[in-house]
Amino acid sequence: MGRIQIIAICASLLFLLIIARLIVKGRLREEYAIVWVVCTLVLLLFSFWRNGLEVVSRLMGIIAAPNLVFTGAIFAILIYLLHLSMVVSGLQDQNKTLAQEIALTREKMKTMEHQKEIPRRENDKA
Amino acid sequence: MPKIAVIVPAYNEEVSLPAVVKDILQLAATEKRDITVVVVNDCSTDGTARVMNSLDCIQLHLPVNLGIGGAVQTGFIYALEQGFDFAVQMDGDGQHPASALPLLLKEQQDKGWDVVIGSRFIKKEGFQSSAMRRVGINYFRKLNKLLLGIDLSDSTSGLRLLNRKALALAAVYYPDEYPEPESIVYFARNKLRIGEVAVTMEQRQGGISSIGRMDSIYYMIKVSLAILFTFIRTQNKSKT
Repeated sequence: MGRIQIIAICASLLFLLIIARLIVKGRLREEYAIVWVVCTLVLLLFSFWRNGLEVVSRLMGIIAAPNLVFTGAIFAILIYLLHLSMVVSGLQDQNKTLAQEIALTREKMKTMEHQKEIPRRENDKA
Repeated sequence: MPKIAVIVPAYNEEVSLPAVVKDILQLAATEKRDITVVVVNDCSTDGTARVMNSLDCIQLHLPVNLGIGGAVQTGFIYALEQGFDFAVQMDGDGQHPASALPLLLKEQQDKGWDVVIGSRFIKKEGFQSSAMRRVGINYFRKLNKLLLGIDLSDSTSGLRLLNRKALALAAVYYPDEYPEPESIVYFARNKLRIGEVAVTMEQRQGGISSIGRMDSIYYMIKVSLAILFTFIRTQNKSKT
């Protein structure tokens, strides 16, 4: 087993550990974690199976194996970024609805308190 | 007598807001109209909230800054829920004079429009905006004509009247950023009838425009895209 292989395996495992810790601590929701876990598992797979990269590259007709790594990684990152943009858009919509609801509810509460106060004042006079 | 809500979105408008609200209330008194002023405080960082307390108006305080579109929409939702017959949007910076109110209402009554827009370019009086801005407005005019087949001289105007039909639509969807031109497309594609009436606008009395000079290009691209997407999104509705 080459030195680089050991480093790769350690790095992948460490990454997996960090993700697991984040999920346990509740700082990362499972639906987002799935992508990261799958990515790490792929990394781990190729760390162990050194020739795997060559084999897959040949299957896809790619001459230089590293190109497969870059293409695959960049593509995965782009997809994930798109997913995150969608999540943020959704959050922004929800945030807007909540803010509006709070403003309207606050106004309603104020009116209600006001209506309660008026009869009380009239009682005081009497 | 129709119940009218005048919605004033305010972001850091402590200087001009009191005069704007007082002008509207004064007009309501002299014309004997049932007008309620609804000020939407878009999470201002200056004394707008304090100023609002001293004014005779409904106060809607947004806990986070939503931008002009989100703020106005809050007012529209309020007007819809509280059973107002009409809502008029009027900016808090003093650009829109209260005297335009009766003009908008009369135009609505006479022609039965669902939406009436106050245009500063029909009579070409008062503050006419900068040359740069007029180029943009002209561009939107052409775009609207091409896409919707209606000719509106001032689609970026924030001075507009909505009836309940339009309010119901605006409560469901209203763009956040630079909502004026895009919302027209949305309204028109949902088969609302849109008219316009000549008004005289003032130069803003305080605050700064929501569109800086550097943002102009971004504004044009963003609004063009938004118009196009709104046009496509509402494709099926306008056919049925």
